[in-house]
Amino acid sequence: MNINATLFGQMITFALFVLFCMKFIWPFLTQAMRERQDTIREGLENAATAEKHLEQANQAADVELEKAKTQAAELINQARNRANQIIEEAKGQAHEEADRIIQGAQAEIDQEINRAREALRSRVSDLAVEGAEKILENSIDRNVHERMLNNLSAQL
Amino acid sequence: MAGDNPTTQEYINHHLTNLVYGKRPDGTWDFAHSSQEITDMGFWAIHVDTMFWSISLGVLFLGIFLLVARRATSGVPGGLQNACEMAVEFVEDNVTQVFGTRPNALIGPLSLTILIWVFLMNLMDLVPVDLIPRAAQLAGVSHFKVVPTTDPNATLGMSIGVFFLVLYYNFKIKGATGFALGLVTHPIPHWSMYWFNFILEMVDMVTKPMSHGLRLFGNLYAGEMIFILIALFPWYAQWPLSLPWALFHILIICLQAFVFMILTIVYLTQAHETGEH
Repeated sequence: MNINATLFGQMITFALFVLFCMKFIWPFLTQAMRERQDTIREGLENAATAEKHLEQANQAADVELEKAKTQAAELINQARNRANQIIEEAKGQAHEEADRIIQGAQAEIDQEINRAREALRSRVSDLAVEGAEKILENSIDRNVHERMLNNLSAQL
Repeated sequence: MAGDNPTTQEYINHHLTNLVYGKRPDGTWDFAHSSQEITDMGFWAIHVDTMFWSISLGVLFLGIFLLVARRATSGVPGGLQNACEMAVEFVEDNVTQVFGTRPNALIGPLSLTILIWVFLMNLMDLVPVDLIPRAAQLAGVSHFKVVPTTDPNATLGMSIGVFFLVLYYNFKIKGATGFALGLVTHPIPHWSMYWFNFILEMVDMVTKPMSHGLRLFGNLYAGEMIFILIALFPWYAQWPLSLPWALFHILIICLQAFVFMILTIVYLTQAHETGEH
């Protein structure tokens, strides 16, 4: 065990090594580690926030979906009502149309009846006169009986 | 085996002798060739092998770490950066646990340097005891000790360096008066016992760096000694003895580096503590 000048040599070496480590190594390594720690912490925090956001978005989506469903149901109901209404209206219109057509036909029929009646009426006096002429076998003054005949046909 | 058929005594001595470069009594500087010459050189001599290995290993450590620090990324680290960061984180954890979070730019790098440097120097103990000294001998160098931490100059050099730091921080934190008061008022806070306290504190102060350095030296010296003794066995008996001892020694190598670092942190923490303890 010889203590000699090596002691000083070792002390100086030791001091230089520590100084070198302090100046050129330690700060850079610890800084890199700190920065990585920060990055990881940030990443974790961001992940947590994103998860929260996702949950919120999911909830919002559920609400929206529910709303859309109710709206759709409402729309369907409205449409059904509208359809029923349209059908009812169409039915009413059809009835009216039918009535109108029936009335028109009826009026035509009445007209036809009247026309036939008129024709018949104009013919009745002639037939009657003809019949009477044949019965009496002589001519009856048409002018004398004109009024009587007119009355007759008017009664018809 | 060293030399030409040396005796056991010579063999062991050879392994425990440093390569010394120093000032001879006649005033010239040269390598020592015998133990008598080493004694004659006295204090003004240098253990060239201790200096060589400690500086080489320190440069290796700083080189690797510098390489990593230069390219340190805060993104995904590579394997080497990961390893270095593990060491840094381990040191930081220990510093935080013992020293707390007081701002101090020195204690972290100091502890890291001690941990890795001492570990590397201890690690040289696992190199087969005859390998490098024999190679050096073939290259014409008479002695070449491989493990710097088996040289008390290396371990005491570090512990005394730490001791100076302890003194510095004592003055810086407590001030001259605070430091002086601390020396005389503990452990018996009565004026009549101040002289006694002072003696106790002085003993405490001297033994701290001594035990700090000699603990590391003793452990590694003993380990090295046993490797040397095992190397004296016949070749077929060496393996079953040296392997278990080497495996066990891995523990000592790491543990002693760790202990040296922790003690450094503890001493510096004590220097920072102003309250009663």
